Amino acid sequence: MDASLPAHMRPERSFQGFILALQRFWAEQGCVILQPYDMEMGAGTFHPATTLRALGPKPWNAAYVQPSRRPKDGRYGENPNRMQHYYQFQVIMKPSPPNLQELYLKSLAAIGIDSAVHDIRFVEDDWESPTLGAWGLGWECWCDGMEVSQFTYFQQVAGFECAPVAGELTYGLERLAMYVQGVDRVYDLNFNGRDGDQKVTYGDVFLQAEREYSKHNFEVADTAMLFEQFKMAEAACRKYLDAGWKDGKREAHLMALPAYDQCIKASHVFNLLDARGVISVTERQSYILRVRELAKACGEAWIHTEAGGAA
Amino acid sequence: MPELLLELFSEEIPARMQAKAADDLRRMVTDKLVAEGLVYEGAKAFATPRRLALTVHGIPTRQPDLKTERRGPKVGAPDAAVQGFLKATGLKSLDEAKIQRDPKGDFYIGLIEKPGRDAIDVLAEILPVIIRTFPWPKSMRWGARSGKPGSLSWVRPLHAITATFGPETEEPDVVKFEVDGIATGQTTYGHRFMAPGAINVRRFEDYEAKLKAAKVILDPQARKDIIFEDAKELTFAQGFELVEDQVLLDEVSGLVEWPVVMMGSFEAEYLAIPEEVIRATIRNNQKCFVVRDSKTGKLTNKFVLTANIEATDGGKVIVSGNERVIRPRLSDAKFFYETDLKTKLEDRLPKFEQIVFHEKLGTQAARIERIERLAAEIAPLVGADVAKATRAAHLAKADLLTEVVGEFPEVQGLMGKYYALAQGEDASVAAACEEHYKPQGPADRVPTDPVSVAVALADKLDTLVGFWAIDEKPTGSKDPYALRRAALGVIRLIVENGLRLSLMKVAASALAGLSVKPADATRLPSDLLAFFADRLKVQLREQGARHDLVDAVFALGGQDDLLMIVRRVEALGKFLDSDDGKNLLAGTKRASNILSIEEKKDKRSFDGAPDAALYGLAEEKALAKAIGEVKAEASAAVAKEDFAAAMSAMAKLRPPVDAFFDKVRVNDDDAKVRENRLKLLNEIRSATRAVADFSKIQD
Repeated sequence: MDASLPAHMRPERSFQGFILALQRFWAEQGCVILQPYDMEMGAGTFHPATTLRALGPKPWNAAYVQPSRRPKDGRYGENPNRMQHYYQFQVIMKPSPPNLQELYLKSLAAIGIDSAVHDIRFVEDDWESPTLGAWGLGWECWCDGMEVSQFTYFQQVAGFECAPVAGELTYGLERLAMYVQGVDRVYDLNFNGRDGDQKVTYGDVFLQAEREYSKHNFEVADTAMLFEQFKMAEAACRKYLDAGWKDGKREAHLMALPAYDQCIKASHVFNLLDARGVISVTERQSYILRVRELAKACGEAWIHTEAGGAA
Repeated sequence: MPELLLELFSEEIPARMQAKAADDLRRMVTDKLVAEGLVYEGAKAFATPRRLALTVHGIPTRQPDLKTERRGPKVGAPDAAVQGFLKATGLKSLDEAKIQRDPKGDFYIGLIEKPGRDAIDVLAEILPVIIRTFPWPKSMRWGARSGKPGSLSWVRPLHAITATFGPETEEPDVVKFEVDGIATGQTTYGHRFMAPGAINVRRFEDYEAKLKAAKVILDPQARKDIIFEDAKELTFAQGFELVEDQVLLDEVSGLVEWPVVMMGSFEAEYLAIPEEVIRATIRNNQKCFVVRDSKTGKLTNKFVLTANIEATDGGKVIVSGNERVIRPRLSDAKFFYETDLKTKLEDRLPKFEQIVFHEKLGTQAARIERIERLAAEIAPLVGADVAKATRAAHLAKADLLTEVVGEFPEVQGLMGKYYALAQGEDASVAAACEEHYKPQGPADRVPTDPVSVAVALADKLDTLVGFWAIDEKPTGSKDPYALRRAALGVIRLIVENGLRLSLMKVAASALAGLSVKPADATRLPSDLLAFFADRLKVQLREQGARHDLVDAVFALGGQDDLLMIVRRVEALGKFLDSDDGKNLLAGTKRASNILSIEEKKDKRSFDGAPDAALYGLAEEKALAKAIGEVKAEASAAVAKEDFAAAMSAMAKLRPPVDAFFDKVRVNDDDAKVRENRLKLLNEIRSATRAVADFSKIQD
């Protein structure tokens, strides 16, 4: 930890200081520090900086915060740590460096978790995303019995082998910050690190939103519109993919990113429909498959783009 | 003699894979050594989260030399043949070959000597192959090399390989090879946090000791012992008792290199949650042990955790951290439990109409209805109250839809019991909610309460008949619906409770309740019965009993009362252990053999009663008389289900059968006498069928 930081910027005092400390640490490891992707998504993995950049031969090191929307996890602000909107901090390094575990442990030290007093463990957890057609092997990282991060070596994304393999780290920011700040309720997190009437808590920022979105997600979200949006996003994705092949030949693609946006959209709309309880168990599987087909097609387009490594 | 030390140092290996990996490594290396003519004295393999290690001692320094002789062409053979021979044997000229004479002439013999190679060279050749082909259940690629095809796959990134070979008294050599850019050496690393530095190792002895000094306990068993002993001591010191859990111990010992056991606590209010739920929460999510109060025998608000580090603050932060994680987990569990209690079990049932049990077998709701009907039908046969059995079957699956079971599937059934009791159900009905899943395997307890038995049988038979009807029978190693376990459950329920039940009738009722109509409905019950016979055989074999007798009893036909079958098999087994039994079996087989030969010869069978007027010898008459008596006596005993008595009756057949074969020539010159004697032999066979088909019994 950087001792020169003013108190209100220290990771154990403020949520924003916590995020800044992580960003700074990974910037020093050569990562580009991106800003959140401007679309709703269920996890930082959906960000094209992970999903698409994990494919193809070109090196890529990035870190970013991604707001993650899980409509079903809303609890009207009443659960101490479950929310329909929270932050993930995502790191992706391709190829995975040989010392990625050590870098991860150093990043914990940078946010105030000292491995001499804490019990840090790598516990088997294989990662799979049926919607992204992706899987990898790795661990959930435990600190004193609490899962604080996911650590994954991507083996396949969008149905394509990762060559080379990227290492992905995902930190659950609120949970970690709660641990470091020593609070039991997420809404009690000190957001800005100030005291007294200058103090802004996580609850000040997000509690009202949690209540409103929980109501929206479970009770009111317009399902007719959402069903329509799903179909439209799916059709648009296909349309952009078809239109993107240069000269109509499947050699170079010019619109992988706009097409992938529609895949992200479809996935989030599906999550909303799922939260509204209007998708039956059997239909659920077929929706997941439809999103996966889009993700795979986008992956195929991506590897035919310049950043995807096409010659 | 020299020894090998091999260590594969990697990122954290999943706990569940470690034991098998160590075993595979030992097996693969030693098998290969033996195949290369390097017979070793002993081998041992170990695993920690970060390393697989193997030591093999007593390996010879060199392979033995191999001498083989190769036969060449005849003396005086054309030059081409001679040249070929010289080339194949590596001889310079025919002067180096021997000449051997055999009946076909004189031949050149080449002696090929293949000198043995140094063991270290052989190791350098076999070890990389073993590493590249190691059978991890799941493996992965990593790093820059994964961009190219053919890169190494390992369970997690592999960082270092230590491989040394040499005798105890000398500095060993490094077995030199390289796998995917990782060159072997003699450097390993200590505990990730407490002693991360490099360690130079020579052979197993100093390797294990240096690792220990670097806070790594190499031997998984030693780690288990430490955890178990420390946990017992820690709890005992405070008047508590550790709830032992072998599976958890195995897993936890695979998550640490340096186990440090500590105790934490949680708020006593959570003890209001059923103990099994507390245990499941703490065990599954936190990999911690629960603790009992030795006086009351009840769970106490303590838990035992195993850390991987001697923390500089003595572990205070670790304990409080774990407590902070366990608290919300228990809070969730309590919330789930209390929420569940607010809804009656029967009110959950309508939801089952939306849940498909199996595409072809309809919804869970339909299945529950079938089980209810079948349980009601079975109830009187097993001494259960029909109303209670129906009620129990009605409620038994409802807990699948509760929050607690959703979270912890392993407490299914058990929660059903708690919720049933909480809503004031009869004790037997509540017990059946839990026990109808039993027995889950050969070691599981078999329920005895008749209500539980009725529902358990109905549940399992509905499953079996259902999957038989849609032709989803187990094949080979594939048994996705655990039908073998279900059949074994039925067998144990019936036999261990001493129940009388016609399986065919019950199966027919179960079949009638299905909406799907199988193509061969008439054959289904007997097909299923054959499956039960197979399961019964497997079970008897596992108990070390004679399983071939099952066939001998089933071959009688019409046998679908499992209890009677088992009793008959037992009596038969005892009988065949006696001298009378053995001799009678031999005599019967002899009769059968003679008959089948003669039947083939004459192209006819020798059924029908023999003609008493044709008996010429006393032994014939005696046998005929004995057969008549034994048949009557054995049949009467069988009718009374007294199989021991039936067997004693059979024993009386032995002397006249022996005497008959001793004195009587079956194939008499007089065709009529011969036919009559063959008929008499046939009578022996049919008499024994009162108890079993002796021809199906193995000698």
